[in-house]
Amino acid sequence: MDRIEAISRIIDKLDQELVVCNIGFPSRELCQLQDHAKNFYMLGSMGLASSIGLGLSISLLKNAETRGKVPRKVVVFDGDGSILMNLGSLVTISAQAPPNLILVVLDNQCYGSTGSQCTYSEEVDLSLLAESAGFETVLVFQEEIDFKKALQSKGPVFVHMRVNPGNADVPIIDLDPDEIKYRFMREIKSNL
Amino acid sequence: MNSSQAVYQGMVDAGIDFVVSLPCVNLGEVMEMVESDPHIVHIPVTREEEGLGICAGAFLAGKKPAILMQNSGLGNCVNALASLFELYHLPLLLVMSHRGTLGERINGQIPMGKATPKILDALNIPYSRPGRPEEALEIIVKSWEQSLTGGFPVGVLLDNQYW
Repeated sequence: MDRIEAISRIIDKLDQELVVCNIGFPSRELCQLQDHAKNFYMLGSMGLASSIGLGLSISLLKNAETRGKVPRKVVVFDGDGSILMNLGSLVTISAQAPPNLILVVLDNQCYGSTGSQCTYSEEVDLSLLAESAGFETVLVFQEEIDFKKALQSKGPVFVHMRVNPGNADVPIIDLDPDEIKYRFMREIKSNL
Repeated sequence: MNSSQAVYQGMVDAGIDFVVSLPCVNLGEVMEMVESDPHIVHIPVTREEEGLGICAGAFLAGKKPAILMQNSGLGNCVNALASLFELYHLPLLLVMSHRGTLGERINGQIPMGKATPKILDALNIPYSRPGRPEEALEIIVKSWEQSLTGGFPVGVLLDNQYW
Protein backbone atom coordinates (compact mmCIF):
# COMPACT_ATOMS: atom_id res chain seq x y z
CA MET A 1 0.00 0.00 0.00
CA ASP A 2 1.22 3.49 -0.77
CA ARG A 3 1.66 5.82 2.21
CA ILE A 4 -0.96 8.29 0.97
CA GLU A 5 -3.47 5.44 0.80
CA ALA A 6 -2.62 4.41 4.38
CA ILE A 7 -3.01 8.00 5.60
CA SER A 8 -6.30 8.29 3.72
CA ARG A 9 -7.74 5.11 5.26
CA ILE A 10 -6.69 6.20 8.74
CA ILE A 11 -8.08 9.73 8.60
CA ASP A 12 -11.37 8.32 7.28
CA LYS A 13 -11.81 6.81 10.74
CA LEU A 14 -10.99 10.03 12.64
CA ASP A 15 -13.48 12.40 14.17
CA GLN A 16 -12.36 14.76 16.95
CA GLU A 17 -8.79 13.47 17.14
CA LEU A 18 -5.91 15.92 16.75
CA VAL A 19 -3.19 14.98 14.28
CA VAL A 20 0.54 15.74 14.45
CA CYS A 21 2.23 14.92 11.15
CA ASN A 22 5.86 14.29 10.33
CA ILE A 23 8.02 16.59 8.21
CA GLY A 24 8.15 16.37 4.41
CA PHE A 25 5.94 14.34 2.14
CA PRO A 26 3.74 12.77 4.88
CA SER A 27 2.52 16.26 5.84
CA ARG A 28 2.14 17.24 2.19
CA GLU A 29 0.11 14.10 1.50
CA LEU A 30 -2.10 14.65 4.55
CA CYS A 31 -2.66 18.30 3.64
CA GLN A 32 -3.61 17.34 0.09
CA LEU A 33 -6.00 14.60 1.29
CA GLN A 34 -7.76 16.68 3.92
CA ASP A 35 -6.47 19.97 5.24
CA HIS A 36 -7.96 20.84 8.62
CA ALA A 37 -7.30 22.96 11.71
CA LYS A 38 -6.98 19.67 13.62
CA ASN A 39 -3.77 18.94 11.69
CA PHE A 40 -0.41 20.18 12.94
CA TYR A 41 2.07 19.93 10.05
CA MET A 42 5.60 19.72 11.46
CA LEU A 43 7.61 21.61 8.85
CA GLY A 44 11.01 21.27 10.53
CA SER A 45 12.53 19.53 13.58
CA MET A 46 12.82 16.05 12.08
CA GLY A 47 12.40 13.34 14.69
CA LEU A 48 10.17 15.30 17.05
CA ALA A 49 6.64 14.46 15.85
CA SER A 50 6.17 11.80 18.54
CA SER A 51 7.49 14.18 21.22
CA ILE A 52 5.14 16.97 20.15
CA GLY A 53 2.34 14.41 20.28
CA LEU A 54 3.41 13.34 23.77
CA GLY A 55 3.47 16.91 25.15
CA LEU A 56 0.12 17.56 23.53
CA SER A 57 -1.56 14.38 24.81
CA ILE A 58 -0.32 14.77 28.39
CA SER A 59 -1.43 18.41 28.48
CA LEU A 60 -4.86 17.56 27.06
CA LEU A 61 -5.13 14.80 29.64
CA LYS A 62 -4.31 17.17 32.53
CA ASN A 63 -6.66 19.86 31.19
CA ALA A 64 -9.46 17.29 30.87
CA GLU A 65 -8.83 15.93 34.38
CA THR A 66 -9.34 19.36 35.94
CA ARG A 67 -12.63 19.72 34.05
CA GLY A 68 -13.78 16.18 34.74
CA LYS A 69 -13.89 15.46 31.01
CA VAL A 70 -12.55 12.82 28.64
CA PRO A 71 -9.39 14.05 26.87
CA ARG A 72 -9.20 14.35 23.12
CA LYS A 73 -6.99 11.79 21.44
CA VAL A 74 -3.84 12.63 19.56
CA VAL A 75 -2.74 10.70 16.47
CA VAL A 76 0.88 11.12 15.39
CA PHE A 77 1.94 10.20 11.86
CA ASP A 78 5.63 9.44 12.18
CA GLY A 79 8.10 7.66 9.92
CA ASP A 80 10.72 4.95 10.40
CA GLY A 81 13.67 7.28 9.81
CA SER A 82 12.15 9.87 12.06
CA ILE A 83 11.42 7.59 15.02
CA LEU A 84 14.91 6.07 14.68
CA MET A 85 16.26 9.58 15.20
CA ASN A 86 14.41 9.88 18.52
CA LEU A 87 14.17 6.35 19.94
CA GLY A 88 14.27 7.72 23.49
CA SER A 89 10.79 9.03 22.74
CA LEU A 90 9.43 5.46 22.81
CA VAL A 91 10.78 5.11 26.35
CA THR A 92 9.37 8.42 27.59
CA ILE A 93 5.97 7.77 25.99
CA SER A 94 5.82 4.32 27.54
CA ALA A 95 6.87 5.57 30.98
CA GLN A 96 4.44 8.51 30.93
CA ALA A 97 1.76 6.26 29.40
CA PRO A 98 -0.79 8.80 28.11
CA PRO A 99 -3.94 6.77 27.34
CA ASN A 100 -4.94 9.25 24.61
CA LEU A 101 -1.88 8.96 22.35
CA ILE A 102 -1.70 6.87 19.17
CA LEU A 103 1.71 6.79 17.49
CA VAL A 104 1.46 5.60 13.89
CA VAL A 105 4.79 4.77 12.28
CA LEU A 106 4.41 4.73 8.51
CA ASP A 107 7.35 2.47 7.77
CA ASN A 108 8.59 2.57 4.18
CA GLN A 109 12.06 1.41 5.24
CA CYS A 110 13.66 4.50 3.80
CA TYR A 111 14.13 8.24 4.10
CA GLY A 112 11.41 8.88 1.55
CA SER A 113 11.54 12.68 1.42
CA THR A 114 15.24 12.82 0.60
CA GLY A 115 15.56 10.24 -2.17
CA SER A 116 14.66 6.90 -0.53
CA GLN A 117 17.97 6.14 1.18
CA CYS A 118 17.55 2.97 3.31
CA THR A 119 16.92 3.07 7.06
CA TYR A 120 17.65 0.14 9.40
CA SER A 121 13.97 -0.71 9.79
CA GLU A 122 14.37 -3.62 7.39
CA GLU A 123 16.84 -5.22 9.81
CA VAL A 124 15.30 -4.04 13.07
CA ASP A 125 11.59 -4.54 13.75
CA LEU A 126 10.18 -1.27 15.10
CA SER A 127 7.08 -2.89 16.60
CA LEU A 128 9.33 -5.17 18.69
CA LEU A 129 11.12 -2.07 19.96
CA ALA A 130 7.78 -0.53 20.93
CA GLU A 131 6.71 -3.75 22.63
CA SER A 132 9.90 -4.01 24.65
CA ALA A 133 9.67 -0.32 25.56
CA GLY A 134 6.33 -1.25 27.13
CA PHE A 135 3.63 0.34 24.96
CA GLU A 136 0.17 -0.58 26.25
CA THR A 137 -0.97 -1.67 22.78
CA VAL A 138 1.08 -2.56 19.68
CA LEU A 139 -0.71 -3.16 16.37
CA VAL A 140 0.92 -4.20 13.10
CA PHE A 141 -0.77 -3.62 9.75
CA GLN A 142 0.32 -4.16 6.17
CA GLU A 143 -2.38 -4.84 3.58
CA GLU A 144 -5.38 -4.01 5.77
CA ILE A 145 -5.77 -1.34 8.42
CA ASP A 146 -8.16 -1.75 11.32
CA PHE A 147 -7.72 1.73 12.74
CA LYS A 148 -10.94 1.49 14.74
CA LYS A 149 -9.07 -1.03 16.84
CA ALA A 150 -6.33 1.53 17.45
CA LEU A 151 -8.94 4.12 18.47
CA GLN A 152 -10.66 1.71 20.84
CA SER A 153 -7.50 0.34 22.46
CA LYS A 154 -6.03 1.73 25.63
CA GLY A 155 -3.08 3.97 24.93
CA PRO A 156 -0.39 4.63 24.41
CA VAL A 157 -0.92 2.74 21.15
CA PHE A 158 1.89 1.99 18.71
CA VAL A 159 0.71 1.29 15.17
CA HIS A 160 3.34 -0.17 12.87
CA MET A 161 2.09 0.35 9.33
CA ARG A 162 4.29 -0.98 6.57
CA VAL A 163 3.94 1.02 3.35
CA ASN A 164 5.63 1.19 -0.05
CA PRO A 165 8.53 3.57 -0.58
CA GLY A 166 7.79 6.60 -2.73
CA ASN A 167 5.83 9.81 -2.46
CA ALA A 168 2.58 11.01 -4.03
CA ASP A 169 2.78 13.92 -6.47
CA VAL A 170 1.51 16.55 -4.04
CA PRO A 171 2.42 20.24 -3.68
CA ILE A 172 4.36 21.97 -0.91
CA ILE A 173 2.07 23.10 1.92
CA ASP A 174 0.90 26.63 1.22
CA LEU A 175 0.36 27.66 4.84
CA ASP A 176 2.37 29.97 7.04
CA PRO A 177 3.70 28.21 10.20
CA ASP A 178 1.90 30.81 12.35
CA GLU A 179 -1.36 30.00 10.60
CA ILE A 180 -0.87 26.27 11.24
CA LYS A 181 -0.17 27.04 14.90
CA TYR A 182 -2.95 29.54 15.57
CA ARG A 183 -5.75 27.59 13.94
CA PHE A 184 -4.56 24.40 15.70
CA MET A 185 -4.57 26.20 19.08
CA ARG A 186 -8.00 27.73 18.39
CA GLU A 187 -9.30 24.28 17.50
CA ILE A 188 -8.03 22.95 20.85
CA LYS A 189 -9.43 25.89 22.82
CA SER A 190 -12.83 25.64 21.16
CA ASN A 191 -13.19 22.02 22.20
CA LEU A 192 -11.44 21.36 25.49
CA MET B 1 16.02 32.15 50.01
CA ASN B 2 18.73 29.87 48.66
CA SER B 3 19.77 29.59 45.03
CA SER B 4 17.53 26.59 44.25
CA GLN B 5 14.46 28.02 45.98
CA ALA B 6 14.85 31.22 43.95
CA VAL B 7 14.85 29.33 40.64
CA TYR B 8 11.82 27.27 41.63
CA GLN B 9 9.92 30.28 43.02
CA GLY B 10 10.70 32.29 39.88
CA MET B 11 9.11 29.58 37.75
CA VAL B 12 6.08 29.39 40.05
CA ASP B 13 5.66 33.18 40.03
CA ALA B 14 5.98 33.18 36.25
CA GLY B 15 3.10 30.70 36.03
CA ILE B 16 5.18 27.87 34.57
CA ASP B 17 3.03 24.73 34.81
CA PHE B 18 4.89 22.28 32.56
CA VAL B 19 8.55 21.34 33.01
CA VAL B 20 10.75 18.87 31.17
CA SER B 21 14.14 18.09 32.62
CA LEU B 22 17.48 16.40 32.36
CA PRO B 23 19.54 16.46 35.51
CA CYS B 24 22.55 18.52 36.44
CA VAL B 25 24.10 18.30 39.88
CA ASN B 26 23.41 22.01 40.35
CA LEU B 27 19.72 21.64 39.43
CA GLY B 28 19.04 18.64 41.65
CA GLU B 29 17.12 20.53 44.36
CA VAL B 30 15.12 22.53 41.82
CA MET B 31 14.08 19.30 40.12
CA GLU B 32 12.91 17.87 43.45
CA MET B 33 10.83 20.98 44.13
CA VAL B 34 9.27 20.83 40.67
CA GLU B 35 8.55 17.12 41.03
CA SER B 36 6.75 17.59 44.35
CA ASP B 37 4.63 20.53 43.11
CA PRO B 38 1.16 19.19 42.20
CA HIS B 39 0.47 22.22 40.00
CA ILE B 40 3.42 21.52 37.69
CA VAL B 41 3.51 18.67 35.18
CA HIS B 42 7.06 17.33 35.32
CA ILE B 43 8.36 15.10 32.53
CA PRO B 44 11.91 13.77 32.84
CA VAL B 45 13.21 13.18 29.30
CA THR B 46 15.94 11.09 27.67
CA ARG B 47 17.50 13.88 25.62
CA GLU B 48 17.07 17.65 25.56
CA GLU B 49 15.80 17.83 21.98
CA GLU B 50 13.03 15.39 22.84
CA GLY B 51 12.13 17.68 25.73
CA LEU B 52 11.77 20.62 23.36
CA GLY B 53 9.31 18.69 21.20
CA ILE B 54 7.29 17.84 24.31
CA CYS B 55 7.32 21.52 25.40
CA ALA B 56 6.09 22.61 21.97
CA GLY B 57 3.16 20.18 22.18
CA ALA B 58 2.36 21.34 25.71
CA PHE B 59 2.28 24.99 24.64
CA LEU B 60 -0.10 24.18 21.77
CA ALA B 61 -2.46 22.73 24.38
CA GLY B 62 -2.27 25.87 26.54
CA LYS B 63 0.54 25.06 28.96
CA LYS B 64 3.41 27.36 29.98
CA PRO B 65 6.52 25.26 29.40
CA ALA B 66 10.09 25.36 30.67
CA ILE B 67 13.11 23.09 30.31
CA LEU B 68 15.61 22.50 33.10
CA MET B 69 18.94 21.29 31.78
CA GLN B 70 22.68 21.58 31.84
CA ASN B 71 24.16 23.86 29.17
CA SER B 72 25.78 20.81 27.52
CA GLY B 73 22.26 19.90 26.45
CA LEU B 74 21.88 23.13 24.54
CA GLY B 75 23.98 21.53 21.83
CA ASN B 76 21.34 18.82 21.48
CA CYS B 77 18.61 21.44 21.05
CA VAL B 78 19.88 23.63 18.24
CA ASN B 79 17.77 22.32 15.36
CA ALA B 80 14.59 22.23 17.45
CA LEU B 81 15.18 25.77 18.69
CA ALA B 82 15.52 26.97 15.11
CA SER B 83 13.19 24.82 12.98
CA LEU B 84 10.45 24.35 15.56
CA PHE B 85 10.51 27.20 18.07
CA GLU B 86 11.70 29.99 15.80
CA LEU B 87 9.69 28.75 12.81
CA TYR B 88 6.37 28.63 14.69
CA HIS B 89 7.16 31.50 17.10
CA LEU B 90 6.77 29.40 20.23
CA PRO B 91 7.71 30.58 23.74
CA LEU B 92 9.88 28.55 26.11
CA LEU B 93 11.78 29.25 29.29
CA LEU B 94 15.27 27.71 29.07
CA VAL B 95 16.73 27.36 32.57
CA MET B 96 20.29 26.17 32.23
CA SER B 97 22.97 25.32 34.72
CA HIS B 98 25.98 26.91 33.04
CA ARG B 99 28.90 24.60 33.63
CA GLY B 100 32.38 25.32 32.35
CA THR B 101 32.27 28.81 33.86
CA LEU B 102 34.50 30.37 36.55
CA GLY B 103 35.69 27.82 39.09
CA GLU B 104 34.95 24.77 36.92
CA ARG B 105 37.01 21.72 37.90
CA ILE B 106 35.78 19.21 35.30
CA ASN B 107 37.66 19.70 32.05
CA GLY B 108 34.90 18.13 29.94
CA GLN B 109 32.59 21.01 30.83
CA ILE B 110 34.88 23.76 29.53
CA PRO B 111 34.24 23.64 25.75
CA MET B 112 30.44 23.85 25.93
CA GLY B 113 30.75 26.34 28.77
CA LYS B 114 32.56 28.70 26.43
CA ALA B 115 30.32 27.97 23.44
CA THR B 116 26.98 28.34 25.22
CA PRO B 117 26.52 32.15 25.02
CA LYS B 118 27.66 32.12 21.40
CA ILE B 119 25.20 29.38 20.48
CA LEU B 120 22.39 31.42 22.06
CA ASP B 121 23.60 34.50 20.19
CA ALA B 122 23.71 32.58 16.90
CA LEU B 123 20.10 31.52 17.45
CA ASN B 124 19.12 35.08 18.41
CA ILE B 125 17.88 33.85 21.79
CA PRO B 126 18.06 36.49 24.55
CA TYR B 127 19.45 35.37 27.89
CA SER B 128 20.43 36.66 31.32
CA ARG B 129 23.07 35.54 33.81
CA PRO B 130 21.75 36.36 37.29
CA GLY B 131 24.36 36.51 40.05
CA ARG B 132 22.24 36.22 43.19
CA PRO B 133 19.02 34.36 44.15
CA GLU B 134 16.88 37.53 44.42
CA GLU B 135 18.04 38.55 40.97
CA ALA B 136 17.34 35.08 39.53
CA LEU B 137 13.79 35.08 40.87
CA GLU B 138 12.99 38.41 39.23
CA ILE B 139 14.78 37.57 35.99
CA ILE B 140 13.01 34.23 35.58
CA VAL B 141 9.60 35.89 35.88
CA LYS B 142 10.56 38.60 33.40
CA SER B 143 12.18 36.11 31.01
CA TRP B 144 8.96 34.15 30.71
CA GLU B 145 6.99 37.38 30.17
CA GLN B 146 9.35 38.32 27.37
CA SER B 147 9.19 34.82 25.89
CA LEU B 148 5.41 34.69 25.86
CA THR B 149 5.02 38.22 24.54
CA GLY B 150 7.60 37.80 21.81
CA GLY B 151 6.90 34.19 20.89
CA PHE B 152 10.49 32.96 21.19
CA PRO B 153 12.59 31.05 23.74
CA VAL B 154 14.41 33.04 26.43
CA GLY B 155 17.37 31.67 28.38
CA VAL B 156 18.50 31.96 31.98
CA LEU B 157 22.11 30.89 32.48
CA LEU B 158 23.04 29.94 36.03
CA ASP B 159 26.84 30.04 36.18
CA ASN B 160 28.91 28.01 38.66
CA GLN B 161 29.27 31.10 40.85
CA TYR B 162 25.49 31.52 41.09
CA TRP B 163 25.17 28.36 43.17
